[in-house]
Amino acid sequence: MSRIEATFKALNRPALITFIMAGDPDVQTSMDVLKALPDAGADIIELGMPFSDPMADGPTIQLAGQRALKAGANMHRTLQMVRNFRAENTQTPLVLMGYYNPILQYGVEKFMNEAAEAGVDGLIIVDLPPEEASEAQTLAKAKGLDIIRLLTPTTTEERLPKILEGASGFLYYVSITGVTGAAQADLNKIKPHIEQIKTHTDLPIAIGFGIKTPADAAEMAAVGDAIVVGSSIVQTIAEGQSAGAVSQQVSALAKAIA
Amino acid sequence: MSVNSYKNQPDERGHFGPYGGRYVAETLMPLILEVEKTYNEAKADPAFWAQLETLQRDYVGRPSPLYYAKSATETLGGAKIYLKRDELNHTGAHKINHCLGQILVARRMGKTRIICETGAGQHGVATATVCALFDLPCTVFMGAKDIERQKPNVFRMKLLGAEVISVESGSRSLKDAINEALRDWVTNVHDTYYLIGTVNGPHPFPMMVRDFQSIIGTETREQIMKKEGRLPDTLVACIGGGSNAMGLFHPFLDDPEVRMIGVEAAGLGVNTDKHAASLAGGRPGVMHGMNSYFLQNEDGQIQEAHSISAGLDYPGIGPEHAWLFDQRRVDYVAVTDDEALEAFQFLSKTEGIIPALESSHALAHIMKIAPTLPKDHIIVMNLSGRGDKDIFTIAEKLGVKI
Repeated sequence: MSRIEATFKALNRPALITFIMAGDPDVQTSMDVLKALPDAGADIIELGMPFSDPMADGPTIQLAGQRALKAGANMHRTLQMVRNFRAENTQTPLVLMGYYNPILQYGVEKFMNEAAEAGVDGLIIVDLPPEEASEAQTLAKAKGLDIIRLLTPTTTEERLPKILEGASGFLYYVSITGVTGAAQADLNKIKPHIEQIKTHTDLPIAIGFGIKTPADAAEMAAVGDAIVVGSSIVQTIAEGQSAGAVSQQVSALAKAIA
Repeated sequence: MSVNSYKNQPDERGHFGPYGGRYVAETLMPLILEVEKTYNEAKADPAFWAQLETLQRDYVGRPSPLYYAKSATETLGGAKIYLKRDELNHTGAHKINHCLGQILVARRMGKTRIICETGAGQHGVATATVCALFDLPCTVFMGAKDIERQKPNVFRMKLLGAEVISVESGSRSLKDAINEALRDWVTNVHDTYYLIGTVNGPHPFPMMVRDFQSIIGTETREQIMKKEGRLPDTLVACIGGGSNAMGLFHPFLDDPEVRMIGVEAAGLGVNTDKHAASLAGGRPGVMHGMNSYFLQNEDGQIQEAHSISAGLDYPGIGPEHAWLFDQRRVDYVAVTDDEALEAFQFLSKTEGIIPALESSHALAHIMKIAPTLPKDHIIVMNLSGRGDKDIFTIAEKLGVKI
């Protein structure tokens, strides 16, 4: 059983997924934050792979990527962070999230091999829809990496089978039409859609985009198997606060959905 | 690898060989599939083309003349140079060709708001123009750096009723304006159409923009047959994303006797880190919804482009050009800022035509090759835009205060 599957099986409450950008604002700080996340209450970790042109991200995540790149982040260092994390933690699932070009330039096969070897559990590649994913998907599967697919409010029932084919680990429901860090979704609007999706799949559904506070988290946890918090954590890092401050923030989010 | 025809690309999933495709966030996928469906329906509808042709004739002023540049030809002393005068179009550039086509597609889709990106401002002006014509609200994303160097076009867009949003992220140039437009589109996907300004982005945009721009090459073909009784020997066009070049080249791709040259912007030189020549200095990658050539570092981070011409200041190129480059059907060269500047002044003085800095790149290459070619060699250059917008940049470069 994969770490992701085991995590969802073991929890009798929604999971908390936290996002940070690898190498933001520098590798050491980012590593400190990463290592502290599980104890603070993060059930699954999303680690962003910095990209110069993140077209689905709002200003907070854009700036995080720029800070990381300026401090020398690259794919090699991101994978090294995962190795360092795994040296101490063999339980918490870790998912890499980002855009396709840095993976393509690293070499898709080389990336999949090294990511799996480093202890990555799954991948979210924002600009790689199912139509373009066959190579990456085949290579990822061969290494036991989950391809986590995005569903959005614009996803029609007609398109669902295409997205679900080959999806594994969990599904990421982008709750708003918009970029990361935008306003929170209207629960009443997304609830029927998520219920409809659930009739087509047994995969857990994580809800993300626009969830910032413990109250937001509690509200969205009512309809999702997991909630994803990114921009508000990244903002804490942007303000130069310590790994301890991030841990406090994550603890408060975890309590809200316990 | 040889192919039977260079004109039957892309395949049904929008691939030009390994290039093109649809690399977008899932939120946009259903909409992009709808754009494709609507465009395919429109393409098969004679009423769509009838409306477009009427607008092209009466609103834009097409066909644009094919002008024999006698004075430039004699001064350079070699090949016979023709200029396809797309700078005489309404709004002063070729961009209006794909803007009219796309706004009809947007209306067919029932979209009520238009967004676009712009570099030099020519595409922004053309988009603002068609939005005024069809009474649709228009938001233009423009890099802060470009707003500074293209003030006349910024004011023009505002006069036409468009909202111009200054993009401060990244390199504050065309690439970042496209990112911002994509972010807006993801957010307002229900009512908004993204009127993309060149032959790039996710399928069907590279194909659709090319189709609307192909009128340049189609007219050129007829006009040169009338004037010379044969096809030209060489076609030359400048390339940022590559829309005017694709428009000129496409109708000639299966005529092996016609040589084609795309001219990228070499900025301070392709051996420096300040240029915009994606084919000469980049390699294949994925950005802005497509697989194509991009200027990028080892880690796949996209690099800033540089060109004196805001319209060419883009670190990527349309996927069909990437494919034609690999196929070696089109030759691609690069011209520096200084060479373009010289060509700008040359055409102004010899022909009384002030060319856009973008088009000046194409001319700069002709100035290199024309003297070496025989007098019966026919070159057609696409004069894709007029240079009124560039006079401030030129004045500054020449150290003149206006």
